[in-house]
Amino acid sequence: MSFLTIENLNAMVGPAPILRDVSLSVEAGEVRGLVGESGAGKSMIGKAILGTLPGAIRITSGRILLDGEDLQAMCPRDRRRVIGAKAALIPQDPLTALNPSRRVGPQITDRLVDILGWMKSDAGHRAEELLDEVSIPEPERVMRAYPHELSGGMRQRILIASAFAAEPRLIIADEPTTALDVTVQKQILKLIRQMQARHGTALLFVTHDLGVVSKICQSLSVLFGGKVLEDTSVGDFFARPAHPYSAALLAATPKYTDPEASLTPVPETVIEAVQAEIEAHDRRQGHV
Amino acid sequence: MSDAPIYEVENLHLSFPDMAHKPLFGPAPRIEILKGISLTIPRGDVVGIVGGSGSGKSTLGRAMIRLLEPDSGAIRFEGQDITHLGEDALRPLRRRFQMIFQDPMSSLNPRRTVGAIIAGPLRLQGFDRVSQRVDQALDHVGLPRAFRKRYPHELSGGQRQRVGIARAIATEPDFILADEIVSGLDVSSQAQVLNLLDQLVKELGLTLAFISHDLSVIRRLCRHTLVLYRGEVVEYRETAALFEAPQADYTRELLDAIPLPDLDQVWA
Repeated sequence: MSFLTIENLNAMVGPAPILRDVSLSVEAGEVRGLVGESGAGKSMIGKAILGTLPGAIRITSGRILLDGEDLQAMCPRDRRRVIGAKAALIPQDPLTALNPSRRVGPQITDRLVDILGWMKSDAGHRAEELLDEVSIPEPERVMRAYPHELSGGMRQRILIASAFAAEPRLIIADEPTTALDVTVQKQILKLIRQMQARHGTALLFVTHDLGVVSKICQSLSVLFGGKVLEDTSVGDFFARPAHPYSAALLAATPKYTDPEASLTPVPETVIEAVQAEIEAHDRRQGHV
Repeated sequence: MSDAPIYEVENLHLSFPDMAHKPLFGPAPRIEILKGISLTIPRGDVVGIVGGSGSGKSTLGRAMIRLLEPDSGAIRFEGQDITHLGEDALRPLRRRFQMIFQDPMSSLNPRRTVGAIIAGPLRLQGFDRVSQRVDQALDHVGLPRAFRKRYPHELSGGQRQRVGIARAIATEPDFILADEIVSGLDVSSQAQVLNLLDQLVKELGLTLAFISHDLSVIRRLCRHTLVLYRGEVVEYRETAALFEAPQADYTRELLDAIPLPDLDQVWA
């Protein structure tokens, strides 16, 4: 039994479908990549799991099972309790995700107090341990700092510490290194992988960067137009991508080790074929 | 034109006031961004400028096209010293060095049509046959002429960035500064824009400075690469040689940090 299972999830904004029969699963200890270009719906899947979809978006059918519990079947209050205890998010932009007017410490301990019902003092000690675990020097001092006093890499470490704080069994990382320099990105990716392995967490990693996928994921789902085109292991994906769109994405990604290779944009014919697939799906659903 | 380099930069220093540490009275202390940068760009070259955030790559680019005035040092554009030229004296030169910006959504006026956006600098510079030149610019970047009537929000990210390129090449410049122009694009649009730039440089005989944090993109496009670290040049060499045998520790660190879409890459 996978820790997270999504079955035939459909979501719409007004009359327009944005997720089309999405199915995927993540085992405990597994890292799955969610890959696609902008507008493919990769962040929407993360938000659907965490129950943070924007108000205009409705889930029309399908199930999200978290640790065997059907989130769609619960009342909102129970759903929040289950999600809060079992899942967490590492967001993209470490500056907007932290409250600029509060010190860093309380922003980490909140989760421990709210979700696990810890005493504030115990939570403070645990937060310091967590900061130490994500290699932040002088945790006591950083706990009292405001976000603007810290660099982007430090802030992202704090968000990682905070995501792992309440020992969630699933973490959704939404482009967590896009805002960072490559050298810092490398450190942060290694840190996420290390923390994930140590805690045995299931990790759903949203990214548009195939390079990052090859470094951190074991399996991946390729998305286009809210539809999963390919669900495969990372080894198979890079060796022999099954879907023409996957192959086209790989061919469009530059590699500094292979400068002579011509960069091919995703061909129109591939896009048209995928769009035809999507239209056929919408007809079956009765949207057209 | 002669074989003289299009740009010569000598010992360039530039600083900004640090308003966060300004005392109640008196001037704010200054933060030095560029710490003595020297470089020469030959005509027709494509130079990649890389470095981490805060390394001064955008500041250097903006000083070269004199959107910023340096504190000291010298910038010579085709032999002419433009380091401290006033705006009136710079105006006629502005036709000859243009810029393409990172985010086309904020650098294209949402209330003007594509045609009016491209025509803007042409009118300011007193060009004749403006309409015809707009069409030519659109042809060059591979957008249909009918796009003149459209507004930026009606275009995709890649198409918008082509409009930015069309506006820059419309005045027939000698030099173009492209500041992170593909970092907001999907890989497919990125590939299209890179191929387009490659082709334009050859067709129009442009000299291009291409600022990017992505070394794979630089490797693909640029003949020379300049690596900046905290306002200093750590390495400036032919791209192929630099990638094959990086001399500076920082360059090596940058190269090692790039995640290649390749499972065999050792990423220790």
